[in-house]
Amino acid sequence: MAAEARLARSTPHEIRAAWMFLAPGLLTIGVFFVLPIAAGFLLSLTDFDIYSLGNLENVRVVGLRNYARLLADPLLWKAMRNTAFFLFVGGPLTLGVALAAALLLHTRVARLKGVFRTIFFTPYVTTLVAVAVVFRYLYHPRFGLIDHVLGWFGIPPIDWLGDPRWAMPAIVLLAVWKNFGYATILFVAGLQAIPESLYEAARIDGAGPVQMFRKITVPMLAPTFLFLGVMTTIGYFQFFAEPYVMTGGGGPLNATLSVGLLMYKNGFRWWNMGYAAAIAFVLFVVVLGLTAIQFRIQKRRDA
Amino acid sequence: MARRARALIARLGGAACLLAAVASVACAPGRAEESGRVLRFWGLGREGEVVKDLVPEFERENPDIRVVVQQIPWTAAHEKLLTGFVGGAPPDLAQLGNTWIPEFAAIGALEPLDARAAASQALSSGDYFEGIWKTNLFDGRLFGIPWYVDTRAMFYRRDLLEKAGWREPPRTWSQWRAAMEKVRGPAGEGRYAILLPTNEWEQLTILGLQMQSPLLADDDTRGAFSQPPFRTAAEWYVGLYRDSLAPVVSYTQLGNPYQEFSRGYVAMWITGPWNLGEFRRRLPPELQDTWMTTPVPAPDGAEWPGYSWAGGASFAIFRASKQKDAAWKLVEFLSRRQIQTRFYELSGDLPARREAWDDAPLAGDVKARAFREQADRLVPLPRVPEWEQIAQKLAEDMEAAIRGRETVPASLSRLDADVDRILEKRRWILSRRREEPRGR
Repeated sequence: MAAEARLARSTPHEIRAAWMFLAPGLLTIGVFFVLPIAAGFLLSLTDFDIYSLGNLENVRVVGLRNYARLLADPLLWKAMRNTAFFLFVGGPLTLGVALAAALLLHTRVARLKGVFRTIFFTPYVTTLVAVAVVFRYLYHPRFGLIDHVLGWFGIPPIDWLGDPRWAMPAIVLLAVWKNFGYATILFVAGLQAIPESLYEAARIDGAGPVQMFRKITVPMLAPTFLFLGVMTTIGYFQFFAEPYVMTGGGGPLNATLSVGLLMYKNGFRWWNMGYAAAIAFVLFVVVLGLTAIQFRIQKRRDA
Repeated sequence: MARRARALIARLGGAACLLAAVASVACAPGRAEESGRVLRFWGLGREGEVVKDLVPEFERENPDIRVVVQQIPWTAAHEKLLTGFVGGAPPDLAQLGNTWIPEFAAIGALEPLDARAAASQALSSGDYFEGIWKTNLFDGRLFGIPWYVDTRAMFYRRDLLEKAGWREPPRTWSQWRAAMEKVRGPAGEGRYAILLPTNEWEQLTILGLQMQSPLLADDDTRGAFSQPPFRTAAEWYVGLYRDSLAPVVSYTQLGNPYQEFSRGYVAMWITGPWNLGEFRRRLPPELQDTWMTTPVPAPDGAEWPGYSWAGGASFAIFRASKQKDAAWKLVEFLSRRQIQTRFYELSGDLPARREAWDDAPLAGDVKARAFREQADRLVPLPRVPEWEQIAQKLAEDMEAAIRGRETVPASLSRLDADVDRILEKRRWILSRRREEPRGR
C-alpha cells in the first residue's frame, strides 16, 4: 500500500527515470521471452512442416485445428499422465528424501556435515546425460548392480527400462537421486534460520520431538517448501532428458513419453512444427496454471 | 525453470565447445587447407566409425583433399541432418538412410547426381541391385548412391526344424505355417515358433509387399492397408500371434533375444544382416553349426524368394556444398569393389554393389547367402517424406489387433485413417501443383 501511495506522489521526472532503469530488463524479457512465446503461438496456428521448409508457399493457416487435433490425440493424454506421475510421485519423494537428509545433517550429533553435504549435492551438479548413462548400466537386467543386489534376496531380475510397468518408477528413482541434494541444501538453510529459542520454549512446555517437528519445524519451513514446490513443479513438468537418454525417447510402449518429448518428436523428428508449437503452448499454459495456483496458496498463507 | 535452464546452458556450453573443437580441427591449417579442400563427411553410427579407417587411403590418393569425418549416432542423425540443413550448416557429404532421401530431396537439400553418375567411369547403375538403386530416385532424378543393403531374412535353428521333420527350410506360407506348428509342439508350454516383436513394422510390411500391396494408393497420397493384398497379409500375420506361434512381446520386453533363441524359446526370427555378426558373437559355440538363414518364405504360388523392401544407406551430396567434386571423388572411392569388400569386413554391412559379393569373405559365407538371394528381389518403400511416420503408425495401430483388442480389418481401417491424415498435406500440395499452369 505504501508503495502505491509513494508512486502516486512521484513526479513525471522520477517516473521517466524509473522506466529507464527498467528498460534493459523489460527489453530482455520482451525479446527473449514475450516475442518467442508470441511467435510460438502464431506458429501453432499454421501447419508449418517439412514441405514448408523447402517452399514457404506450402504453409497454410489452420486456425485452432492443431489444438483440436491435439486434444483428440491419445498420445497427448498418455504423455500428460506420465508427466503427472513424474510430478506427483517424483516431486513429493524428492522433497521427502531431501527433508530427511536435511534433518539428519542438522542434528547436533551428526559428524562430517560438510562431507555429507557435498556428497548429497554432487549428483545435482553432475551432467544428467552422464548420470543417465551410468544408471542405464545399474538398471541392466543381466549385468546391472541393482538386480544383482535384489538377487541376494531371491527377487528375480526386473527389466527396469524395458518393462512398461517399471520404466517410469526407474526414471523417478533416478530423478529423485539426482535432484534431492539441491532441496537438501535449501532445507538445511531453512532449518538453521529457525530460532533455537522456539525449541527451548517448547521443551520447557514438555513437547516431544514429534510435536516439535510438527508444530515448529514444518510451519517455519513453509516458505522453503513453497519455493521448492514451485521449482520442482516447473522442472519436473518439463522432464525430457531422462527418457530421451534412458529409454530411447519415451519407450517402452510410450510408457515414459513426456509432454516435452512428444513436442520434441513432433517438432524435430517429424518436423511438424505447427503441431509441435501447439503442444508447447499447451505445456506453457499448464505450467503457468500450476505456478499461479501455488502463488495463490502462498498469498493466502501470507495474508 | 532456472535449474533446467542452467543445466541446458551448461550442456549448450559443452556442445559449443565441442563444435568449436570440431571447427578448429576443420579450420586447422593443414596441408589441405592451403589449397582449401576440406571435405566434411557425416557418417552415422558404426559406419561413421568404420569409415575413418578407409579415409586415409583416400587422402593418400588425393593429397589435396582432407576429409573430416563426423560420427553421429543413428538415433540423433535424422534431426541433426535436418537442423544442419535448416541452420545453413549441412555437411558436404553425408550417409543417409535411403528412406530419408525423398524427404531431403523434397526440401531441396540434396544435389541431383544424374550427370555425375552418367559420366562416371567408376560406377554405373547397372553395378547395383536394382531395388536398392531405385530407392535413390525421387521425382525421376537421382539423389544418392547406394552404400550398403539392409533387408530382412529369416534366421532359424536347423536342428529344431530337422527334429520337426523339415530338412529344408519352408518356402511357401503354407509350408511355413505347418513347420511352425510342428516346431512349437503343443501350445501353452511356454515355447513358440517365431519371434516377431510387436513394435516392429518391418516384418508385416514384407508380407504385404509379397502380396504385391502398394502400401500407399492414389499417387502415394492415401493408405492402401485395408485393401485386400495387405489385409490378407495382415490376417495371416496376426494369426501367428492368435494361435500362439509368435509370442506377444515387444523387442524391449524381450530382454535378450539371443538367449531366447539359444534356449529354443523360438526357432525362427526375421531380422537384419547386422545379426549375422551378432549371432556369431553371442550364440554359444555348440549352436554355431546349427543356425542358418533363408529368405522369408513367399506366398503360395508366388515366385520364391518373395519381394522384400530395400533398406540401407546411401551417400548424398548437399546442394549447399562448395566441395561437390571432392565429395563425388570420395563417393567413387568408397563405392569401389575392393573398398566395399573391406567395408563389409569392417562393419558387416552388406555391399550394395553386386561384384563385391563375388569376392573372398562374402562369396564363401553360406549364412549371408540368404541376403544375397533376397537382394535381387527388393522393392523400395513408398518414396514420400512421411514414410517414417507412417511406419511407426503401422506398428502402433497393429498392436491392438495383435493383442486381440480389435479385429484386423478394424485396425487396418484405423491405420488407413491415420495415414490419410498424415498425408493430407501431400494431397493438398499435389492438387495445387496440378491446378497451376505448367509454366513454373
